[in-house]
Amino acid sequence: MSQSGAVSENPYALPATDLQKLFDSLTQRGYQIIAPTVLDDAIVYEPVESVNELPAGVTDEQRAAVYRIKRRSDKAMFRWAVGPRSWKHYLYPPHQRLWEARRNGGSGFDVVAEPEEPPVYAFVGVRPCDLAAIAIQDRVFLSEQYRDENYGRRREKALLIAVNCSHPAGNCFCASTGTGPHAQTGYDLALTEVLDSKQHYFVIELGTERGAEVLEGVPVQPASPEQCEAAQRVLENAARQITKRMDTTDLKELMYRHLDSPHWDDVAKRCLTCSNCTMVCPTCFCHTVEDVTNLQGTVAERWRKWDSCFHIDFSYIHGSPVRVSESSRYRQWITHKLASWQDQFGVLGCVGCGRCITWCPVGIDITDEVNALRRSEESKAALTSPKEESHANP
Amino acid sequence: MARTTKPKLAVWKFASCDGCQLSLLDCEEELLEVAGAVDIAYFPEATRAVVKGPYDISLVEGSITTPHDAERIHQVRRASRFLITIGACATAGGIQALRNFKDVREFVGAVYATPQYIQTLSKSTPIHDHVFVDYELRGCPINKYQLLEVLSAYLHGRRPNIVPHSVCSECKRRGVVCVMVAKGVPCLGPVTHAGCGAICPSYGRGCYGCFGPKETPNTASLSKRWRQLGVKEEDLVRAYRGFNAYSEAFRRESESHER
Repeated sequence: MSQSGAVSENPYALPATDLQKLFDSLTQRGYQIIAPTVLDDAIVYEPVESVNELPAGVTDEQRAAVYRIKRRSDKAMFRWAVGPRSWKHYLYPPHQRLWEARRNGGSGFDVVAEPEEPPVYAFVGVRPCDLAAIAIQDRVFLSEQYRDENYGRRREKALLIAVNCSHPAGNCFCASTGTGPHAQTGYDLALTEVLDSKQHYFVIELGTERGAEVLEGVPVQPASPEQCEAAQRVLENAARQITKRMDTTDLKELMYRHLDSPHWDDVAKRCLTCSNCTMVCPTCFCHTVEDVTNLQGTVAERWRKWDSCFHIDFSYIHGSPVRVSESSRYRQWITHKLASWQDQFGVLGCVGCGRCITWCPVGIDITDEVNALRRSEESKAALTSPKEESHANP
Repeated sequence: MARTTKPKLAVWKFASCDGCQLSLLDCEEELLEVAGAVDIAYFPEATRAVVKGPYDISLVEGSITTPHDAERIHQVRRASRFLITIGACATAGGIQALRNFKDVREFVGAVYATPQYIQTLSKSTPIHDHVFVDYELRGCPINKYQLLEVLSAYLHGRRPNIVPHSVCSECKRRGVVCVMVAKGVPCLGPVTHAGCGAICPSYGRGCYGCFGPKETPNTASLSKRWRQLGVKEEDLVRAYRGFNAYSEAFRRESESHER
């Protein structure tokens, strides 16, 4: 799947100075806008009201275990790569009360379902990799067989306004996973920011009817062929900037061939089992359920909380955990993400956003670990191939 | 469910600063609930009234640093059905365990005019080195909500929702941006037991390790990263020699940087 394909038919253009009017349209329609903003030296998705809160003139640099925001010489609003937070913070909150039970005076109790209606979100600035991640979480939480209402209530009302990638960071490898830098599907609107010495505007592609609705009253014009070409150049330029690669050929089989690899012990020497990679991963969905009581025992609550396969108690079954060693926990995470996820959900569990590489405190790089497994096979093949030849030609 | 008698709670102090006991008094609005659920039978910090033992629950604060306390903890154990140690002193020896890395007689000689009056042990040790402990609550000081959770779990016969995961898991759930990755600030969070709610990182500071080592702490890998961030060997020793200096994982890591 080519992800730097042409801008779709009949796009619109909106001057950057009129972006607030799109925000106003969203607010008037009752959406709570979640958009990128600078917080604690990072670009994160937060509730915002004004375009003035966007990270205009700010960008980032990312390496393994390093993230730094930098000033830009221009006022571009969306020339940065994904930060530590993903949209799952809003669709699948880190802590969520599922229900509570209260004693009813007699010998029984009443269950009170969580009454709170979640906000109707408009996500502005969803990167193509994160659109792909949301589509993956949809498969996890909204399958016909097992539907998660807590996710569904948030997800189905949410409006997704994508902004195509113009500034991939050093850890981005969406070109390898086929999930970027140009959004192909899954958005209500997709914007491409164009900024040159003379003009600053957005080329807007329509994805859905709901997307078209929120443009009513916003001063958009049909985009000119020149504007479409300029947007096209932004996307092509972004695609060229992605240098990190992960070879996905035969990836599932590769991972399954290495369940007993000594390489996992090498990773375990570095891995902190701190769970940062799973928490920043936009597709990781594992959680635990905790029951709490008040001191008098009159109220009990059931909470859902993000959990991680790096925690020992995560694999606690029948009296003891099954993945105690650090190596087994890292192997579980990467093998699920890249291999068994495909068996389970029919897609790769990785969207190439690079968050796990940037936010690992010791910089463990998922692409490096895959490459290490491939190299180990190549060196083994080099050692064994003469023998195999002699077999074939006795 | 009407209970005929409330469980009796005792709070004991050994070598410590009283901060963890104060966490119980700091419960404020929940304190009345606590008093409603348990009979506060022995708590000299709060009241001179003493109800005789035995006690259903004993909260033990502080470490063992004197021959007298090494005896007294056995009496406390005998008088207690369920013994919970609270705080870094009781669970790891506390900041006073810094003596364990030196010769305590030198300190006594330097500080006291008449050292022969001082009866002190050569090491400050956690309660679990002396008696069986039913539950350990970490922290310097402990988190009052965790204390309420342990009491609530005990009262209702369930497991407390207290996990030995990293402080990172708390940062990420709260949406606190990693200070080590985004600012280059050395942080003990990846090897430290959760429970504080990631207080220091939420103010832009690195974690000081107040809750001691998490499950399977990879201190060697974290130290390697700290050195890349420019931290010197002697400062690595100091970082691990905080309130939980004598916990196994932190002790070994600090010693490895002294060689």
